[in-house]
Amino acid sequence: MAVKQENKAKGIISAINGPVIKGKNMTSFKMREMVTVGEQRLIGEVIVLEGDIGTIQVYEETEGLKTGQEITPTGRPLSLKLGPGMLKNMFDGIQRPLEKIQELSPIFIPEGIGLLSIDDKKLWSATLTVKPGDLLLAGSSFGTVQETQVIKNRLLVPPNLSGTVVSVVPDGEYTIEDALVTIRDAKNELHELKMAHEWPVRTPRPNAYRRETLVPLITGQRVIDIFFPIAKGGTAAIPGGFGTGKTMTQHQLAKWSDADIIVYIGCGERGNEMTEVIEDFPKLIDPRSGKSIMERTVLIANTSNMPVAAREASIYTGITIAEYYRDMGYAVAMMADSTSRWAEALREISGRLEEMPAEEGYPAYLPSRIAEFYERAGSIETLGGDDGSITIIGAVSPAGGDFSEPVTENTKRFVNVFLALDKSLAYARHYPAINWLESYSGYIKILSDWYEDNVAPDCITLRNKMLELMYEENKLQEMVMLVGEDVLPDDQRWVLEIAKIIKVGYLQQNAYNKDDTYVPLEKQYAMLKAIEYLYERGREGLKLGIPTSQLKNVDIFSQFIKMKYTIPNDDLSGIETLKDEIDQYYEVLFKKYEN
Amino acid sequence: MKKEYLQIDKVVGPLIQISDVDDVFYGEVVDIVEISTGNIKKGKVIKIEEKNVIIQVFQNTAGLAAGNSIIKFTGEAFNLPMSLDLQGRIFNGIGQPIDNGSDIFSLVEANINGRPINPMSREYPRNFIQTGISSIDTLATLIRGQKLPIFSGNGLPHNELAAQIVRQARLGDNVNEEFGVVFAAIGVKHDDEKFFRKSFDEANVMDRVVMFVNYADDPIAERVTTPRCALTAAEYLAFEKHMHILVVMTDITSYCEALREISSAREEVPSRKGYPGYMYSDLASLYERAGMLKDQVGSITFLPILTMPNDDITHPIPDLTGYITEGQIVLGRDLFQRSIYPPVAILPSLSRLMKDGIGEGFTRGDHAEVANQLFASYSKVQEVRDLSQIIGEEDLSPTDKKYMAFGRAFEAQFLNQGFDEGRNIIESLDLGWQLLSLLPLTELDRLSPENIDKYFPKKA
Repeated sequence: MAVKQENKAKGIISAINGPVIKGKNMTSFKMREMVTVGEQRLIGEVIVLEGDIGTIQVYEETEGLKTGQEITPTGRPLSLKLGPGMLKNMFDGIQRPLEKIQELSPIFIPEGIGLLSIDDKKLWSATLTVKPGDLLLAGSSFGTVQETQVIKNRLLVPPNLSGTVVSVVPDGEYTIEDALVTIRDAKNELHELKMAHEWPVRTPRPNAYRRETLVPLITGQRVIDIFFPIAKGGTAAIPGGFGTGKTMTQHQLAKWSDADIIVYIGCGERGNEMTEVIEDFPKLIDPRSGKSIMERTVLIANTSNMPVAAREASIYTGITIAEYYRDMGYAVAMMADSTSRWAEALREISGRLEEMPAEEGYPAYLPSRIAEFYERAGSIETLGGDDGSITIIGAVSPAGGDFSEPVTENTKRFVNVFLALDKSLAYARHYPAINWLESYSGYIKILSDWYEDNVAPDCITLRNKMLELMYEENKLQEMVMLVGEDVLPDDQRWVLEIAKIIKVGYLQQNAYNKDDTYVPLEKQYAMLKAIEYLYERGREGLKLGIPTSQLKNVDIFSQFIKMKYTIPNDDLSGIETLKDEIDQYYEVLFKKYEN
Repeated sequence: MKKEYLQIDKVVGPLIQISDVDDVFYGEVVDIVEISTGNIKKGKVIKIEEKNVIIQVFQNTAGLAAGNSIIKFTGEAFNLPMSLDLQGRIFNGIGQPIDNGSDIFSLVEANINGRPINPMSREYPRNFIQTGISSIDTLATLIRGQKLPIFSGNGLPHNELAAQIVRQARLGDNVNEEFGVVFAAIGVKHDDEKFFRKSFDEANVMDRVVMFVNYADDPIAERVTTPRCALTAAEYLAFEKHMHILVVMTDITSYCEALREISSAREEVPSRKGYPGYMYSDLASLYERAGMLKDQVGSITFLPILTMPNDDITHPIPDLTGYITEGQIVLGRDLFQRSIYPPVAILPSLSRLMKDGIGEGFTRGDHAEVANQLFASYSKVQEVRDLSQIIGEEDLSPTDKKYMAFGRAFEAQFLNQGFDEGRNIIESLDLGWQLLSLLPLTELDRLSPENIDKYFPKKA
């Protein structure tokens, strides 16, 4: 894409300090304007203007820049080209496709490759749905393109444009740069509508109004769906020290969530993890569409060794792409791994600007930036009148695994679901290592109707009862640590036994097992219901004075531990058989004690 | 002809400031020539502000004064000549030979900062490297192309462990694939460097080793370039010459201390414990240079060693490292005090890549389950030990007593092994089964019935 050259004065580089440079002669530059810097035409963004001095953060390696070189304005803010071709693709932090970069430089990412964006040569088969004379409102759809096997791209009028259709091309093959529809706006000016339009990354795309979030994002992960559900259009944070499985959990959510579109941002994380996604996702089949999950996925990678300023931008790039698909009426889920790296990028830039630091060197505006980001989530009615939503799930990497650090603390203020990952669970290889005592979901109340109507009337009651049992177990464990398990009364020991089944047989979920990696809600509920059944039958036995050691039938217990593997996801009859076995065993046992 | 400058305005630690400079670029290398002796020191431009330039000097700045040195801008970035002749040679932290050998001459030069590998060009690492050490092979498997640091403490035998891995590891699949070692010593004691040199000699790999050495009494600014020189050499050998390279680097803690010292000299805003806010990105620019590329032979497997200050794993250095690397091998002081070698504390140790590099076709079908069960059971041992501290071992339940026995046997037989002892993965896995059989079957909930049938030792 050629950068439009306006006839404007150019700036002159006067200072260079890592990714931050300063320029003189910049009075005509605008705040947040995109610029190119130096002979290599590195891409940057104006972040401070003071008199004729401007400060620019540069999205590429600045080694080799000289003072006295030119800073060229582009006349527009850092923007994305939004159109078909983003799904199944991987971009860097400023939406440059990594595949195209690879064609220019096979191994490493060089600087000075300029602005690249989605493919403008590819022909898409477009169906136009409007005719001359139609009134097209901002954000409405004027046609469709089958972007991937599962996703139809509804070609949108840019949110800042509306008018009457003057002319329309016939259906056929077009590139994203071809004019498809011409409209005349209220000022009698003509505008061409193309498949793609540009949108500045730092400006949220408008919507008609925000709705309440009433439907859960089904993830197939038991601890999340049953215990700490995330609403579609909601926000969640996954904090955890290194090695606790943040990325693993994010990958599981990206793979199995029942969203229409997944936007996955690898923000300051490992290169190999992005490679793993590129290798794995195409092979995984979405249980709903029957097609590869890559068909609905957009990847953004700013690995930890890529330029830090682009890391700051990558989060906005991701959310803007998410909003674009939301505006077509899709439910979008966005995973940001990890938001701490983004916050650290803010800190690094802030430090180079010599701003006054607040806590731990982070800038004072950190909380407001975090809030702005999470507030771009939500369930909305689009300008075109459809339902759309964005769910944001952000990983947080607290320094030293300490949740009281600024990024975790401030994130906690603006999200509704908190899935705390726990080092000691991870050490015991209890995955997902989500600590059920520290985690919470603020959506239980508003989602309870949905669960009662769609899963089972007692679903939420059952969840609360079992969670309570886990709290009790925690207290009992403290006692056990002091006196040993043997001295506890039988009813308390029975709680410990059942809690163990919940932990090992229910909360632990094996991402590498083909059945257990994604579990439908019916089975999630049935499994927990069966555990409750065993618990209650056991309590009947306790009343008869039967000791826990007798109530604990080794065979039944091991079946419970393994039911996640042995009972297929599509045939739950095994759970009834298991209940029958419990009945048979206890009938005999109870008889013995009754007499 | 580049301009030369005489006037030094300011010298702070490793930094010098000069003014009225034109036409230099960010990252440009400078020569600082002492007029009286002709000695040349090297430096690099790290900040330009109008006509003022700050230069980081890699050698000692002692003796520098306004007027006694000439500053020459070379017009080049920090490049090193690259050649196969690097092997068997010893260099200092800025890539100058210190083994009395000749300079390296080559038309190929590489910028020591490298550039990020495009994730599209990477190959996801899946090949198991057998180190012959049971705890690592079974529980924190090393994969070719992985970056797996050793988190250690002062006085712990991390050097021995690294040397044992260099000696025993099989890097290539077949004899045609060449392997090599790149060793970077950052701020190490002379003794430690001698130890490694001796180990490479004994393992007969010295002619395949490229060494970059910055001693503890060398200038700290050079510590920042030492690992970069080493990784540049590794990238050349792995990606241009298609060798399998093992990079051993010690000690990352010295590297980070040097970063902090320079940052403080630059009067930057500090973040945690005075370390610079960009330490994460900076460390990542080292660690992320490990890996493999699609459709070509050659890999960089990266084994950095870091000593955790005060054995604290939450200290910024191990903490940030853990967030970037693909797992960690943690050495435990309590194991060391009980004379267990190698003292690998398995619970906090982790290999993120092992999930795809073990099992059928790589190691053995039961590997994942055995590893999982050993972790779960050993984690239970810790709980039981805590309990026995309070109520005494005598009063433990029969099952808990078995856990105590399992814990002791596991440490004495599985973790513990000789400095010269190599066990193959099959031996290690079988040993794992044997130890697990000390526990009642009902406690082994991570093992599938099929594998129990196949591998569980039958009681005579």
